[in-house]
Amino acid sequence: MNTVIFRTLAPFLTALMLLFSVFVLLRGHNEPGGGFIGGLIAASALAIYGIGRGIQPVRQALWFHPMTIAAFGLLLACVAGLVSMVAAVPFMTGLWIYPSLFGVEVPLSTVMLFDLGVYLVVVGAITSIALALEREDI
Amino acid sequence: MADTILLFAGLLILLSIVLSVLRLVLGPTMVDRVVAIDTLTVISLSLVALYAHLSGRFVYLDVALVYGLLSFLAVLALARFLEKGR
Repeated sequence: MNTVIFRTLAPFLTALMLLFSVFVLLRGHNEPGGGFIGGLIAASALAIYGIGRGIQPVRQALWFHPMTIAAFGLLLACVAGLVSMVAAVPFMTGLWIYPSLFGVEVPLSTVMLFDLGVYLVVVGAITSIALALEREDI
Repeated sequence: MADTILLFAGLLILLSIVLSVLRLVLGPTMVDRVVAIDTLTVISLSLVALYAHLSGRFVYLDVALVYGLLSFLAVLALARFLEKGR
């Protein structure tokens, strides 16, 4: 879309939506939200950027190929399951650690790692589909 | 007093939904229908916000935010479709 207003607005809107997607992802453990809906919001943000600026800027902004991101997310989800093997508990048992960061206790868990994996899989797959649909030569 | 105002707001939302659906059905051109759908989205947003206030569960406001952002993408895609004609 070749309008000045939208081309100027698109990066700001994309940044806002990506920030909100991370917020939804991290809130997802206790309240509505989570990896899937967060990933969908991030993919929509990248789609808006793609409509505004074109495919090539999106590929440059992503740095990695979208399918690479999806595969890395799958790896993270698998690792979240396999950690329970080290602790000798059933597969995908939620394990928690509470490291202290700058005097603030940060609860980390394998559940969150799994959610992060889901987020990356959804971002990678949906962005890959959106970029393929955006291509001119099909 | 506040209940009366909220009831009035609900009635106004109902009326605007009826009018927008009328435009969606009648709309002589495609552009009219797209604008009608966008208007319906905004009306639904106000309905969600009203319900968030009535039920006291403010997590619905986040739903409204996500819905607003995604509806923008939908209208954008439709506008692109109309512009290119494919």
